[in-house]
Amino acid sequence: MTQINSKIPKGPLAEKWTNYKAHQKLVNPANKRRLDIIVVGTGLAGASAAASLAEMGFNVLNFCIQDSPRRAHSIAAQGGINAAKNYQNDGDSVYRLFYDTIKGGDYRAREANVHRLAEVSNSIIDQCVAQGVPFAREYGGLLDNRSFGGAQVSRTFYARGQTGQQLLLGAYSALSRQVGLNKVKMYKRYEMVDVVVVDGRARGIIARNLITGKLERFAAHAVVIATGGYVNTFFLSTNAMASNGSAAWQCYKKGAYFANPCMVQIHPTCIPVHGEFQSKLTLMSESLRNDGRIWVPKKKEDAEAIRAGKLKPTQINEEARDYYLERRYPAFGNLVPRDVASRAAKERCDAGYGVGAGQAVYLDFAEAINRLGKDVVEARYGNLFQMYEKIVDDNPYETPMMIYPALHYSMGGIWVDYELMTSIPGLFAIGEANFSDHGANRLGASALMQGLADGYFVLPYTIQNYLADQIQVPRFSTDLPEFEEAEKHIKERVDHLMSINGKRSVDSLHKELGHIMWDHVGMARNAEGLKEAIDMLKKLKKEFWSNVRIPGKAGDLNVELEKALRLADFIEIGELMAHDSLDRAESCGGHFREEYQTPEGEALRRDDEFSYVSCWEYQGEDKAPVMLKEPLDYEFIVRQQRNYKN
Amino acid sequence: MDKNINITLKVWRQKGPKEKGAFETYQLKDISQGSSFLEMLDILNEQLVNDGKDPVVFDHDCREGICGMCSLYIDGHPHGPDSSITTCQLHMRKFNDGATITVEPWRSAGFPVVRDLMVDRYAYDKIIQAGGFVSVNTGGVPDANAIPIPKKDADLAMDAAACIGCGACAAACKNGSAMLFVSAKVSQLALLPQGRAEAARRAKAMVAKMDELGFGNCTNTRACEAECPKDVSISNIARLNREFVKAKLQD
Repeated sequence: MTQINSKIPKGPLAEKWTNYKAHQKLVNPANKRRLDIIVVGTGLAGASAAASLAEMGFNVLNFCIQDSPRRAHSIAAQGGINAAKNYQNDGDSVYRLFYDTIKGGDYRAREANVHRLAEVSNSIIDQCVAQGVPFAREYGGLLDNRSFGGAQVSRTFYARGQTGQQLLLGAYSALSRQVGLNKVKMYKRYEMVDVVVVDGRARGIIARNLITGKLERFAAHAVVIATGGYVNTFFLSTNAMASNGSAAWQCYKKGAYFANPCMVQIHPTCIPVHGEFQSKLTLMSESLRNDGRIWVPKKKEDAEAIRAGKLKPTQINEEARDYYLERRYPAFGNLVPRDVASRAAKERCDAGYGVGAGQAVYLDFAEAINRLGKDVVEARYGNLFQMYEKIVDDNPYETPMMIYPALHYSMGGIWVDYELMTSIPGLFAIGEANFSDHGANRLGASALMQGLADGYFVLPYTIQNYLADQIQVPRFSTDLPEFEEAEKHIKERVDHLMSINGKRSVDSLHKELGHIMWDHVGMARNAEGLKEAIDMLKKLKKEFWSNVRIPGKAGDLNVELEKALRLADFIEIGELMAHDSLDRAESCGGHFREEYQTPEGEALRRDDEFSYVSCWEYQGEDKAPVMLKEPLDYEFIVRQQRNYKN
Repeated sequence: MDKNINITLKVWRQKGPKEKGAFETYQLKDISQGSSFLEMLDILNEQLVNDGKDPVVFDHDCREGICGMCSLYIDGHPHGPDSSITTCQLHMRKFNDGATITVEPWRSAGFPVVRDLMVDRYAYDKIIQAGGFVSVNTGGVPDANAIPIPKKDADLAMDAAACIGCGACAAACKNGSAMLFVSAKVSQLALLPQGRAEAARRAKAMVAKMDELGFGNCTNTRACEAECPKDVSISNIARLNREFVKAKLQD
């Protein structure tokens, strides 16, 4: 059986990264000019990597699915970015950030990766400030911080409720500078449709020009995937409309392992689903839980009266409210990690205490407005309150917000080793696209940290250890048979889709996929439901390939075709998620199996059997994939049951 | 309370940048006022696909008002009749039963139509590439708290940095000027000590690029400010003018 080699450096935890950097191979400046790197994606990870690699002297080809690299979905991150600066003098340290992240991930992440992430976190803040990112500041002129879930310190840096936007625009400005200097060639409105492997190494990609519909070939010495996560499998999620898992899926089909597909995050504070026409869900930042208090009515009759429109939340007095997070988790209160908060909301709603249409709980700012004044609350969360009011037509300064959990982030993704290289040499994956740092649950404000850590401070080093051996390799021709073959394969797939000419729109099939996933592979899973889902997905796949309808032509701008290509992959990703969920007979982080819970209803991990990363290896069309295990041997910390109660 | 409405849509359809476009009229029934404007277009497209027709092409992505991708000119206003929002945040409760709604792409010399309601805004990227950055490489920068920045300046910089690059400012301007967009970036970086060092060079380079790309001049009509989904103020244009004049005087 294949052994998984994660290439974790030897030595004490805190010295691994320093030692790695001291001994890794480097590429000298003259040779860097001779090497080309493809970076797919322009979010925090992709843009920061493309900019940094170009600054170092490599030639970068950067691909962007939108009309501009400034629009990648990192831009929608609201709350903040973590770093172990300890500017607040509240006892933070690199070790504590490392520990909180490992614990928050329910002990399913690699120690060495997470420690490295905590180590480089401080450099990210320095870098962003130097770029002109306008972080929030105190009157003394120094940087302000706030708290996020799963931490007892204030280590989150923020720029109002638009932190992701400001960080992305920082990376975008660095990237734009390199485009202007002709060190990065930018391909906008392109979508990667396959990775090309030559003699066992990643040597290029096939991309579809979304304006002309033409398939184009691109060669390079290395390929970096920074295409984000796959939770749009569920149709409704907080991800952008074009966010998809196809690039990762193509890598998987060319032999890259797909790790922990079952581990997706359901974010507790999103605006509830409104109707069947709903196209996506809107997140309300976790930062709101700093000051907002989550509750449902204590009495079922009150909840029923609210649902019937006979009672308003403001008419329910203090004693009749159940602040269930504060009740169940006194030590962390409303700031428990996301998986815990999401399940607690589902538990209350399933028990009949939900408000709105039944699938919602309150997030209440009345106490904060009394304590701090409306002005302070507005300064902290004004744009979020405005966003809520525009969507729901309710004023959150006067009546509590209604929220419910929604799909948000994928912790799972392409398997990478310590160098962020996949199991295909020369193919790297960074940011949300890889699986590496968040274990079974990501803490708030850690996605921005990981994306920028990978792009600015990790990949630009580790990729050199690979490229140092490639300096003698001349540029490739895209006429090689491997490119021919890959393009031919895609063309056949596209032609097949166009020829089906069935009766159902792509969206109607995607919504069906979403329902199957949400009902059976969502917040609470069980063996029976998962088996049923696998069965239903098989049927859906058949329905898709025999009854989808795509108007227009293949060689043209064709939005329906774009969506169909992505949906074909989403269905298969859904299947793998279901298999992985079934296989992992334990509960951990975002993966909750109803059969495995403590008497209090908390996730029950089974460390003796499941302390591993499940790495799925593709075996071919209609063949069951093989699961390889990367053991997670904890050398430095002791696993405990996560406790946010005391 | 939200109810269902019937509407008539007049949508601009255009095959390509060089081809002639025209309005097409569509009827939609039972649209929930709780749906967003783009969800209403999704319903229209579902209907067109089911009828075997080409769906309407329009740009959109995050659907929460931050990516700047959506770009519709609705009833004569960029991003429609509501204020301080993008098209994706516009909801159907802003329209009455029986309404006729006109939907067009951005119309501006700087933004050629790609198809239907989709335009090419690469010009904005080119302006940023000309100087909308601080020239620092990754690594080797001072500690983030090494230079205190007065809160007032940081807040003003953030107000300017809120720009999402959607292009509504140029689309709203009768001169097709990109001054609000350019001034937002120039202001943000000029207000911060990190961006001060190359403030003069930046202002000149970005203005020169804007002129070169065919955007018009600013005549202070304030249409940009009125239509900006992020409420970016035209005081930024005044700041840009100051920076520009200062830079020219130093030449």
